[in-house]
Amino acid sequence: MSSEIIGIIVMYALVLLMAIPLGRYIGKLFNYENTWLDRAFNPIDQIFYKMGGIDPYRQMGWKEHLAALLTINAVWFIISMFVLLNMEWLPLNPDGNPSMSGDLAFNTTVSFITNTNLQHYSGETGLSYLGQLTLMLWQFISAACGMAVCGVVFTAMKEKTTTQLGNFYSFFVRSATRVLLPICFVAAVILVFNGTPMTFEGKDTITTLEGKEQQVSRGPVAAFVAIKQLGTNGGGFYGPNSANPMENPNYITNIVENISIVLIPIALVFALGYVLKRRKLAWTVFGVMTLGFLLLLIPTITGETGGNPALEKMGISQTAGNLEGKEMRFGAAASANWATYTTCTSNGSVNAMHDSFTPMGGLTTLLGMMVNCFYGGIGVGFLNFYIFIILAVFISGLMVGRTPEFLGKKIEAREMKIAMMVALLHPLLILAGTALASHLYAGNPEAYASWLANPGYHGFSEMLYEFTSSSANNGSGFEGLGDNTVFWNIATGIVMLLARYLPIIGPVAIAGILAAKKYVPESSGTLKTDTPTFGFMVFAVIFIVAALSFFPALTLGPIAEYFSLY
Amino acid sequence: MKKHIIPAIRLTVFCAVFFSGIYTLSILGVAQLAPNQGNGFITEVNGKRYHTNVAQGFTQNKHFWPRPSAVDYNGAGSGGSNKGPSNPDYLALVQTRIDSFLIKNPGVERKDIPAEMVTASGSGLDPHISPQAAAVQVKRVAKARNLSEAFVQKKVAELTQKPLLGTEVINVLELNLALDGLSSLK
Repeated sequence: MSSEIIGIIVMYALVLLMAIPLGRYIGKLFNYENTWLDRAFNPIDQIFYKMGGIDPYRQMGWKEHLAALLTINAVWFIISMFVLLNMEWLPLNPDGNPSMSGDLAFNTTVSFITNTNLQHYSGETGLSYLGQLTLMLWQFISAACGMAVCGVVFTAMKEKTTTQLGNFYSFFVRSATRVLLPICFVAAVILVFNGTPMTFEGKDTITTLEGKEQQVSRGPVAAFVAIKQLGTNGGGFYGPNSANPMENPNYITNIVENISIVLIPIALVFALGYVLKRRKLAWTVFGVMTLGFLLLLIPTITGETGGNPALEKMGISQTAGNLEGKEMRFGAAASANWATYTTCTSNGSVNAMHDSFTPMGGLTTLLGMMVNCFYGGIGVGFLNFYIFIILAVFISGLMVGRTPEFLGKKIEAREMKIAMMVALLHPLLILAGTALASHLYAGNPEAYASWLANPGYHGFSEMLYEFTSSSANNGSGFEGLGDNTVFWNIATGIVMLLARYLPIIGPVAIAGILAAKKYVPESSGTLKTDTPTFGFMVFAVIFIVAALSFFPALTLGPIAEYFSLY
Repeated sequence: MKKHIIPAIRLTVFCAVFFSGIYTLSILGVAQLAPNQGNGFITEVNGKRYHTNVAQGFTQNKHFWPRPSAVDYNGAGSGGSNKGPSNPDYLALVQTRIDSFLIKNPGVERKDIPAEMVTASGSGLDPHISPQAAAVQVKRVAKARNLSEAFVQKKVAELTQKPLLGTEVINVLELNLALDGLSSLK
């Protein structure tokens, strides 16, 4: 086996090794049990509550949780718009970068508060250091927000009848200070010592060995990169993200950054098992997610290491795989590996350009975002999975003639309606958005010529990818797309907003409604939800929703390109 | 909603102080202990500074060349080509690169050219090439420097990084600096 493949396996093993104890730790946080870090963090959290004027013990119902979440997100929106529109004269702008246009500021703001990090600007020239620091703040707290919601839903799933689901601010602060902060700190320090810049000085200018002048962008990169990886944010400091050798200098940093992508999403599954005292359920969920993940990972790696058939015809050596848009220090396999992690988890950082992937790699990265719950984004990944569980419970209930129940709560028409709406929203946003863009382009290809960097099927894939990435709150892109235009900024901005908040509101509502219902203890008539059979059922529901709704669009893009090349 | 506005604002402001301020400054503090105080890895030779991790656009025959760059090795505006695998313009460009590589490297066979030397890297700043990509340039470099091929090959082998996991690579700048250092000794 090549050392590239061994690298990938070792990395996954490391992820599991860390995710299981981390999941236990997060479970304790959500349960308000004592942990060994309390001594350090209790006083810090107290300052947050004091400064915020918050009583962390006040219990909230599901509606109030949502009100708190939406209000604080609205505050972030306003602050972010102000900073991005006024960066030019605000402090910390040594390179003299300009402020953003209105539509770009809207897109960037929405992108970062929704944990998407779609970037229609380029970091080196499009943001001041104040802008970068502001966006970094959203990277921390939008991730904490996702985790807090997850905590609320876990609490609601416990075996009792209640409307008291904990305190939103408390879940939020605990997630930010006790999980994100310490791990970020460790990751950032590793990065700095491996050559990632961390400075507030502006560009460096050097003379190359052959006597030309070369400018090199610097900045507070390490601090930024750590949280963008860990918080399933993905917005890089530099334009090409973690492909840039300053942002991701070597194979070790690549492993650290890649592990950070998926660590918390997997840990949250184990946290579920801890909070509910149902470890078997957690392993079932983990099993389904991992099965789906591997089914995407393997073809991506095979596709990218196999090389581009069109280059094969030119008679050159492609033993190292398809290398357009990839970096040598990672190689094709580690790039394909990262691509699968980043699209399955709604992270969206890249260490290779997805636009230049083979059609197989393009297809699997799209599918990862279309499903959006094989591990998924921090907190919200599980929320998406929860919707599929509800659907699977209902369908299996109908199939075997039992009352659909999940964790002792009856699932009725109201919950099903919400679940269906959330499940259908994602395909609707992606397909309607792509249809609109294609319609505009096809109607006047000259006027929109700057949109697409590639003709034919691949051009269609670029548009499909952009809407898929927005709706999955992923943020990666087929970056050939000329996306800093009013149309793309506004359209994807709206998609990101709807695709972030509705899939949070839906599951919280379902979980809240279920929590208030009477608890029915398990009996012989109960449909078991922690068995492989039920896991398979959930997988089938996911497959049907993703495959049936997206297959026609995929045939027009990557699948057609595949058959034109091979 | 109303009763959440004030806590939301206050909490956000403190989060800004804590995460954008204190967290960033503490990493900045740790960076002062890191090599080159958090300014990225720098190689200093004869009083001149070079960024080890940023590719330079070597074009002279006596230097090893890095991978093609879609942004002309602009360290302040990095990026890839974002060309799809089936794009005819892209394929034509690769063909041109192959032809030009063959002309500038006489004695190299087409089947030996590794794809990396005719495809643009992801960042346009990829500082590394594989041993194979160095091997096909040895003949040219040796001739331009009046050195034996075996000697240049030995230098390449010396500077090949062989990590436990992952790919074997050579930093093009380090290799060229090493060779230039030799010539200045002569």
